[in-house]
Amino acid sequence: MTDLVTPTRPGADVAVPAPAASVRRPAGTLLAGTLLLVGLALLAAAVVALRGHGWLQAGVALAGLILAHSGASRWGRRRFGPGFDLTLWLCGAWLVLLVVAAVAAPMLGLPEHEDLTGALGEPILARPDLVTNHPLGTNNFGLDLLARVLYGARASLVTALTAVLIGMVVGGALGILAGYFRGVVDVVIGILTNALLAVPPLILLIALATVLEPTLRNISLGLATLATPSMIRMARATTIAVSQREFVTAARSMGASGPHVMLRELLPNVVLPLASYGMVMVSVLIVAEASLSFLGLGIQAPAPSWGNMIAEGEGTVFRDHPHIVLVPGTVLFLTVFSFNCLGERARRRFDPRRSQLEEA
Amino acid sequence: MSAVPMRTLQAEDRATVLQVDDLHTVIRTPRGPVRAVDGVSLTLRRGETLGLVGESGSGKSVLGRSIMGLYRSGSTMSVTGRVLFEGRDVQAMQAAELRALWGSGIGMVFQDPLTALNPVKRIGRHLTETLRRHQTISVRQARVRAIELLGLVGIPDPRRRVEQYPHELSGGMRQRVVIAMALANDPALVIADEPTTALDVTVQRQILDLLDDLRTELGLAILLISHNLGVVAGRAERVAVMYGGRIVETAAAGDVFAAPAHPYTGALLAAIPRLADPAHRRLRAIDGTPPDLVSPPVGCRFAPRCPAAQDDCRTAQPVLTDLATEARAGGSGDGVLNAHRAACLHPNLGAEPRPSDQGVR
Repeated sequence: MTDLVTPTRPGADVAVPAPAASVRRPAGTLLAGTLLLVGLALLAAAVVALRGHGWLQAGVALAGLILAHSGASRWGRRRFGPGFDLTLWLCGAWLVLLVVAAVAAPMLGLPEHEDLTGALGEPILARPDLVTNHPLGTNNFGLDLLARVLYGARASLVTALTAVLIGMVVGGALGILAGYFRGVVDVVIGILTNALLAVPPLILLIALATVLEPTLRNISLGLATLATPSMIRMARATTIAVSQREFVTAARSMGASGPHVMLRELLPNVVLPLASYGMVMVSVLIVAEASLSFLGLGIQAPAPSWGNMIAEGEGTVFRDHPHIVLVPGTVLFLTVFSFNCLGERARRRFDPRRSQLEEA
Repeated sequence: MSAVPMRTLQAEDRATVLQVDDLHTVIRTPRGPVRAVDGVSLTLRRGETLGLVGESGSGKSVLGRSIMGLYRSGSTMSVTGRVLFEGRDVQAMQAAELRALWGSGIGMVFQDPLTALNPVKRIGRHLTETLRRHQTISVRQARVRAIELLGLVGIPDPRRRVEQYPHELSGGMRQRVVIAMALANDPALVIADEPTTALDVTVQRQILDLLDDLRTELGLAILLISHNLGVVAGRAERVAVMYGGRIVETAAAGDVFAAPAHPYTGALLAAIPRLADPAHRRLRAIDGTPPDLVSPPVGCRFAPRCPAAQDDCRTAQPVLTDLATEARAGGSGDGVLNAHRAACLHPNLGAEPRPSDQGVR
């Protein structure tokens, strides 16, 4: 993580002119600190003082967050240099928090998330209120939204990550084979890849969902068929680019066999771009899984998934109780945004087009 | 250093390592077959450096790779003729035999040390992998040997270097690593394909001196391929000049520089700028471009660019022939191999030895 965030190459990031920063240092730090404090104060005020004001509370909290973000990012740039990217750190922090919370969900003592009988005594459709027992509110069965979001994260993350892993392993292997052998192997794998890419992804998923039981395993496999073709293309293109470089000839001229060249010379060069592409792919698949669940073809209610939680807002529910949709929607947005952000940054570093001659 | 078997050079030890007879390499392209190597013969003995000189596209690198067997007859090219490495025909070998030969029998030093090293592998692994492929030694032993090899090629602090990645080394250091890789399994022949082209001149000299030292120390035979006469001068015992896929002149190095017989060699030497020249003199270049090897000119391939071309040059193809030794005063006629031979109908026999023709060093 740190590797992605701290830029090692100067000029890789948008730079604030350094000389000006040193001149304005005291005033700048003051401004940054003020912004941060005002922002946090607004946030606290919104949570505590504006309880029950609905949209006003949300609006003030959001404004506080924006102010705090701008203050903290100014302060961070002064403290850690112009390359400091607060958004990136927040994305990383969000993902770590989400994963830890999702893993530890059963130990957090959260209210009921799935069993309707266990939530009979709870208020239904309670508004989000951070200082109550249901910080993110409840749904129309009285199930706690925070608990549901965290258990839903388990389904979403497990399916998306499994699918990407399968895609990376299968796609990477096929792509390297195609790129290394070319010829007939390449043609056959190319036809398979193009056939998969030709089918619209959501249609393919829906078709798969109609024949397969909607279990976690089957959903993962379905999503993996979505991830694999582009992974094959990525691995094949990188392999072709890399295998033209002289170290492959050098390895062969020292007696390396075909499997050795593929595993020891090509694979390490293909893994990096593949992994960074995988980060972006995770976010696509989280959305795909949510779409499937939204359509009722994925995780079946009352078991939570971000997709079927959003689907609970169908009809007039969203108009009267917007938090039913906004809570899982926001979590989905933040997660996808974080994966994209980190993936983009990783991709910029390991772009195959730049893997030509990166002089150190 | 101590683990490197010292091959001492004795007269009877100068066995023939490499014998190439009438080698043709034809590459099939959409434009038609390219005769990249067209009837090349050469011999290389132990402890000897043969300099192979020629401009871009003259077929030097293709020749080097055909000798190694990296280029073989297949769907994209056909290789005919014989390449005998220590008496065995390289082109007739099975793939597994070739893999056993590469690295242990023949080592190759590549042109660009940055692309010849895998950017995601540590220096140590580059060496230990090839060591363990050809020898049954443990990881620990391979590592010790890798450190030794790095020391042998003059890399300071090899213990630290094995842990580093290629990008952490300078260009000259990387080329030393590439040389260490070529030497790892104690080959008899090293093919150095433009080993210094990607390096700056001071490092060039160090690398060439290193190769020369290793040759005398280990008794290597070196095929030094270069487009730069200056690189070859002083390091090669014999020089072969290549043009349009053929060897046009071969002789002991001194003879080539002192009295170039082929007009092409003469033109190459004349193109080297000299400090003794008057200021603001135009650089002399060879007019025209190298021949298109898809449809090479009839007759002598250099004829279209040759200042001394006669009518018969454009019809008859000259073959490599011995120049009359009596015509050459001071020619070091050390046996058949060092004989001065040129493929020219009108060789320049009366050329006066130029005093400063030792190239740029």
